[in-house]
Amino acid sequence: MSKAERKAEVVDLKDRAAARQERLPVLKTYKLFIDGKFPRSESERYYALTSANGESIANVQLGSRKDFRNAVVAARKAFPGWAGRTAYNRGQILYRMAEMLEGRRAQFIEELETLGASRSEAETETAMAVDRLIYYAGWADKFQQVFSSVNPVASSHFNFSMLEPTGVAALLAPEDSGLLGLISVVAPAVAGGNSVVVLASHSKPLAAITFSEVLHTSDLPAGVINILTGTRKELLKHFASHMDVNALVYCGSDAEEIRTVQLEAAENLKRVVIEENSDWQSEERQSPYTILATQEVKTTWHPIGL
Amino acid sequence: MPRNNAALAVTLPPQFVPIDEVGIDERVSRFSKRSIKKSSKVQALKLALSMLDLTTLSAHDTPERVRQLCHKAKNLLETMPELPHVGAVCVYGPLVKVAKEVLKGTKIHIAAVSTAFPSGMAPLKTKLIETRQFVADGADEIDMVISRGKFFEGDYDYVADEIAAVKEACGKAHLKVILETGELNTLDNVRRASDIAMHAGADFIKTSTGKVQPAATPQVTLVMLEAIRDFYYATGKKIGMKPAGGIATAKQALHYLVMLRETLGEAWLTPDLFRFGASKLANDILMQLVKEQTGAYQSIDYFSME
Repeated sequence: MSKAERKAEVVDLKDRAAARQERLPVLKTYKLFIDGKFPRSESERYYALTSANGESIANVQLGSRKDFRNAVVAARKAFPGWAGRTAYNRGQILYRMAEMLEGRRAQFIEELETLGASRSEAETETAMAVDRLIYYAGWADKFQQVFSSVNPVASSHFNFSMLEPTGVAALLAPEDSGLLGLISVVAPAVAGGNSVVVLASHSKPLAAITFSEVLHTSDLPAGVINILTGTRKELLKHFASHMDVNALVYCGSDAEEIRTVQLEAAENLKRVVIEENSDWQSEERQSPYTILATQEVKTTWHPIGL
Repeated sequence: MPRNNAALAVTLPPQFVPIDEVGIDERVSRFSKRSIKKSSKVQALKLALSMLDLTTLSAHDTPERVRQLCHKAKNLLETMPELPHVGAVCVYGPLVKVAKEVLKGTKIHIAAVSTAFPSGMAPLKTKLIETRQFVADGADEIDMVISRGKFFEGDYDYVADEIAAVKEACGKAHLKVILETGELNTLDNVRRASDIAMHAGADFIKTSTGKVQPAATPQVTLVMLEAIRDFYYATGKKIGMKPAGGIATAKQALHYLVMLRETLGEAWLTPDLFRFGASKLANDILMQLVKEQTGAYQSIDYFSME
């Protein structure tokens, strides 16, 4: 090889290195989160998410009623184990979720920004999301003491009331708050021992799916939290009518949707919670009473003095 | 080795049929890809119900439990009186009389497991005594187990003669021969045991006791169905098939029916020639039927356990 040739080859290598710098983008496939796994929708459908200026951001799974059915099966399977854990342990796992979320703040801020939030809005929302998880982690083994009671009765009974999780809760997360809103409805239900299936915001689904990666690394048993993406219009009726769902939390204020929810949920007397207030940063969004919304009160009459 | 009892002489298949395991897997994977929806699904599910052997085989079965099971067999679902009745109830021999009492006047058969079920480790003499007893008590069908130890010893004559002897003890009752495929290790053995059982006089061949894992799998079922087909071509006799254990969902049941239809044809789509041995399957089928009727996914909470 002549000197000139060798020189030409070096130049060629440099060109190739430069080309390597401009890598092809590696885009994440945003999938569903069911039973601790990340499946595509069984319907093989998806919808395109575009940014404010019309750029394509991602293809998001368009979950079907069968995906919902599978998620309920997973949640039902996970429920006894989760409800049977000590409240303290549930708190530990919620705290772990907060830790994992904290470590990935940058990613969440970026995703919120991609979908139209300003830098400072995204930072605030992410920080509040972490704090909200910690808040409910703390309450996980304390709300029982606050809300349980020993009741005065006239007969010779020791009468006491205590809380139990309602069971499988189906949640329609708020449309306008992709991360904080989602966590604000998921955390209290899960802290109280329910297993949940949640439909993420249709227009802001990125943070919800990335949050499922946080869940995946948080010692949370598979199936306790299942996250779907798709359209509320298509899934609402099934969320409300599924006989194996015990509670339904609806976030929004569409009168027609609320009517459907209440009618369909009546079939098996689901507990229905309607959250019309959409200010997820407000004080009242962070309260032990939100845990109470998906709890049942069990009262026991224990004979004494016999 | 010649046996001294000439009456029990049986004709063993002329040669051993080897099984291609890869081919079986390949074929089996196709059966789960048929799309059966709406009215054809309802029809198939009803057929599956009529083929069901509603089973309770626990060491702690009580007469009351059996009565309850028989009641379920008679009244599958109060809201759907048009449903077909199940094929049979399957119980331990000592409980045949109890079942007979409850099922009097119905066409539901009573199947009793016999021959030192589930191990088969007993002298032939006692196996014959118990079989005669159960038939006298009112069993319409006898489910026997083969002597797996003798099979592995290579003493196929013993296995065949034993089946022939039990068949004789059955009298008018139908004989189902359980191969316990989970212990036979290879599909070659499954095929060999199937051939032995059919030539020795079995009316049905059955995969498993339900006490050994794996129980019924699509693979062993296909091998057994093919054995039945070859036997039919050779002798003109139609032998029945009963996969048992491990079939818990309506979807699985549909896959088995597809396999049956595509291997043996329509002549076998009857409870006289095909049965499912299962305890959880009935409720899953009922849930699917109610789902088709109401449009809402169902919960096991609203169906009677047995």
